Order: sequence, then structure tokens, then C-alpha cells
Amino acid sequence: MRRNQVAVVGAAETTKLGVIPDMSQIQLHADAALNAIADAGLTIKDIDGFATAVEQPQQVCHYLGIKPTWVDNTSVGGCSFMLHVRHAAAAIEAGLCKTVLITHAESGKSNIGRPPRAVGADSLNGQFEMPFGVAGPPSMFTIPVLRFLKTHGITQEQMAMVSVVQREWAAKNPRATMKDPLTVDDVLNSRMIAYPFRILECCLVTDGGGALILTSADRAKDFPQKPVYILGTGESVETPMVSQMETFNSSRAFKVAGPLAFQEAGIAHKDVDHLMIYDAFAHLPLYGLGDLGFMPHEETGKFIADGNTRPGGKLPLNTNGGGLSYMHSGMYGMYALQESVRQMRGIAPAQVPNAKISVCHGVGGMFAASGTVIFTNQR
Amino acid sequence: MPEPQRARPKATPETQHFWDGTQAGELRLQRCNKCSKAYFPPRPFCPECGNREVTVFKASGKGFLYSYVIHHRPVPGFTPPYSIAVVELEEGPRMMTNIVDCPQTPEALQLDMKVQVKFEKLDDKITLPLFVPAKG
Ligand SMILES: [Zn+2]
Repeated sequence: MRRNQVAVVGAAETTKLGVIPDMSQIQLHADAALNAIADAGLTIKDIDGFATAVEQPQQVCHYLGIKPTWVDNTSVGGCSFMLHVRHAAAAIEAGLCKTVLITHAESGKSNIGRPPRAVGADSLNGQFEMPFGVAGPPSMFTIPVLRFLKTHGITQEQMAMVSVVQREWAAKNPRATMKDPLTVDDVLNSRMIAYPFRILECCLVTDGGGALILTSADRAKDFPQKPVYILGTGESVETPMVSQMETFNSSRAFKVAGPLAFQEAGIAHKDVDHLMIYDAFAHLPLYGLGDLGFMPHEETGKFIADGNTRPGGKLPLNTNGGGLSYMHSGMYGMYALQESVRQMRGIAPAQVPNAKISVCHGVGGMFAASGTVIFTNQR
Repeated sequence: MPEPQRARPKATPETQHFWDGTQAGELRLQRCNKCSKAYFPPRPFCPECGNREVTVFKASGKGFLYSYVIHHRPVPGFTPPYSIAVVELEEGPRMMTNIVDCPQTPEALQLDMKVQVKFEKLDDKITLPLFVPAKG
């Protein structure tokens, strides 16, 4: 895909984040979508392309009154929205549509109008993982980490620093769910969920949503907001069964999607001013820094523990507070994208001064899928 | 009221030989007749080369502890804390399991320790392959 041909011209989250007991999941989609459409200075009639995950496009399009000529329902977990950005950019360039709306919403906490997530007993996961007592992401996403830490010589104290540093970012963000400062001891002494993961190393469970609007870069200059261009993208999938990953020492999906985006963007790692790595659990930024090629995995624990990713550090990471402290409705990728867009517009609560390039990397399922989007505010 | 049970697997035509095997006290894997790759989970073709000529064989049931968590939350059929582990078999494939017959502690569960299969009968249809620390 060519660089900087498509731009984000509208971006917004739901009016409220956190606990939203007065809205169903479909209405959270609509709330985020209407906010993003207003942000872009458009009306619903201007939207001719639509993408979402979990809910089917016809559900959200009919609810909002959208008549699309292009839809995408790629649903590979929390990074689905990174893939939607990639697919939408290709569709706009190919002339299949002009103005794409991407929505995410999840009543993750209040559980109102949320489709059940069932695993069939005769699926491969149902036969070869469920009988061994796995119960959702905290007991599955976490299984690779002891091998990862041992192979790369990373300590549990260093991993705990991921939570500590992200709380520093969250403290600067009025919309963050958790803002009180943390220490490594606080993290290590918090309630054990699935050894070695304590509760402060596991994502929040909240309600919310977000929406993006994309159009061609040539049209983008006529919109009210500063355009944020798509510089490069990548995607991949590996396996729905965490036990069947090629290795626990890295993520194959990360190692495909990340470098593909860097190659397409034509940038080097030193060019990156701002970085988002989807952090459903505290080990993910460690995997991401290594798999995206910022440094060998062996150095990632020390890099974070030394403060390089905290406010004022040389590689600002997860500047909204992340899934650990900002919010996590279940499919967090949309919120990482929103923060990258805010940083590129220059309006983030914890703004990185003069940031010109933002890398936004997502994970889906338990290392099942990955999507990377590289944004810039320079054309 | 019956006790809540652990999740029961339900076999498909492609996996029936595996669940028949555990009932017979055998851990059955498959191997490609062309490229010799041993693989899991079951399917009637080789995931390495796509060849449909494959053979079911009895694995040694020996391997080592690749990674695990010790789960502290309640799940039907389990008493926390309990291990959820991935073992790497001698023949190459990895599978999820529980390490049983040893303390469910980081001290007792050392990565790379040798383990061997132990079959646990759930009911007349299903026997699960669990693993225990290898003797000697
Ligand atoms: Zn083969």
C-alpha cells in the first residue's frame, strides 16, 4: 500500500468510559460513532464504508442508518480495528468507498446487550484446552510468560514495572480508570490471579467504545481536524490455541505484522516518537518491544525498568495508561488507536512534545492475531 | 444438586482416535508419511506439507514442562490453586494439560522438568491426558 494516501479525519471514544450501566452494547457503538462523525464535521449520510468486529455490519449500519457500499467484519479479537484501518485504507485507495467509519463498543463490565462468547465442546479449543481449567484470558494469555521470562532473563520485578510506569501515564489522564501511583511491591503483593500474574498486571474490565473515520488524504485537508495519515500497516494471525504457538519466546503474528508496517512506512525504529503496544497483560509490551524489533527481547525488561518508556523517557509507551490503567472493555485495540490519533493531533492529555510518528500495535485473542498501524501528522 | 464438572471435550470424526487412545491408556499422535513430521492436535493431513497420507501412532507419553500458570480463581471441577501447563512431548508436539500428583507451587513446578502422562478417567466416554513429574 502507498504511504500517506489515506488519513484519519474523525476520532472519538464514547461520551463516558468505565461503568456505563445506562447503555447497551449497540448504543455504545452509536454513541462513539456519532461522536466521531461530529468530530469530522460529517453527517451519517456521508459514510459509505463501514467496519466493526463481533457485531455484524448490518446490525450497526441499520441501527445508525448507514447505507454502505463496502463493509468489513474482520473479527480476530482486540486488534481487529488495526486490521480494519489497514483494509479500509486499501478499499479507499481502490475506490470501493470514500469515507469509512470503524466502530468498536463493548459492554464489558455491565454486560448489557453483549453477545455470549461460547466455546463449543467439539471445537479444538473445547477439546484440547478447556478441559484443563482455562477460564478466559487471565488463565490463557498468561501461560507463555514463565518460558519467555526464563529464556530472555527477564525478572518478575521488571515485568511489574510495566504496570508501575503505565500508572504514571494514567495519572496524567483525567479519563483514566486508575490513577493512584503504584510501586513494584504494590504490584507483586497484589492478589495472585494466575501465577506469576497478579491482579495489577491484568487489564481492567470496563464499558466503552470508540470510532474512527478515514478518507483519502487529498480530501482530508478540507476537514476540521488536523489529518493523521496512515504511513504503514501490517497484519497476521497465528493460532486460536495458545498452547499451539510456534514458540513462547516471541509471537509469530507480532513478528509478521510489525516489521511489515515498518517496511511499508519506510521508517527506522529511531524515527518513532510515540508507541502503543496493546497491554491486556503486563508481558505484552515486553513481547512487543522485541518482536517489533526495537531491541532484543533480553533488553526489554531492563529498558522498561530503567524508565525509558515513562513520561519524559526516550520511548513514550502506552501514554493513555493502557489496558492496565486507562480502560479495557475486552477489545482494547480501538483505544490504542484513539491515543495514537490524539498524539498525532497534538491534543493528548499526556502529549509527547513534537511527536510526528506513532506506532500502534495490537494483539487479538491470546497471541492469536496481530495488527500494526503507523501514523504520522506529516505528509 | 450435582457438583459442577470440568469442561468435557466432545470428539469429532477427526479427533476420535485421540480420545479412543486415552481411554485405552495410549497417547496417540499423528505422523506424516511423507515428511515424517509428528503433529498435534489431530487432523487427517500434515500441517507441514499438506500430505493426506498420515499414520496414527502411540507416543511415549514422556516430555518436559514447557510453561505453566498456577490458577488461583474458581473454575468448575477444579480446586484452586491448580496448574495449567503446556508440555513438550519427546516426539515434538506440545499440548495443554495439568501437572498433578505434586504440590501446585513454583518450587515444585520447575520449567524443563521431565514429566510423564497419567490418564484420568472422567466418565465412560472421556479420559484426559494429565501429566506428573517423571520418576527417577
Ligand atoms: Zn508432511
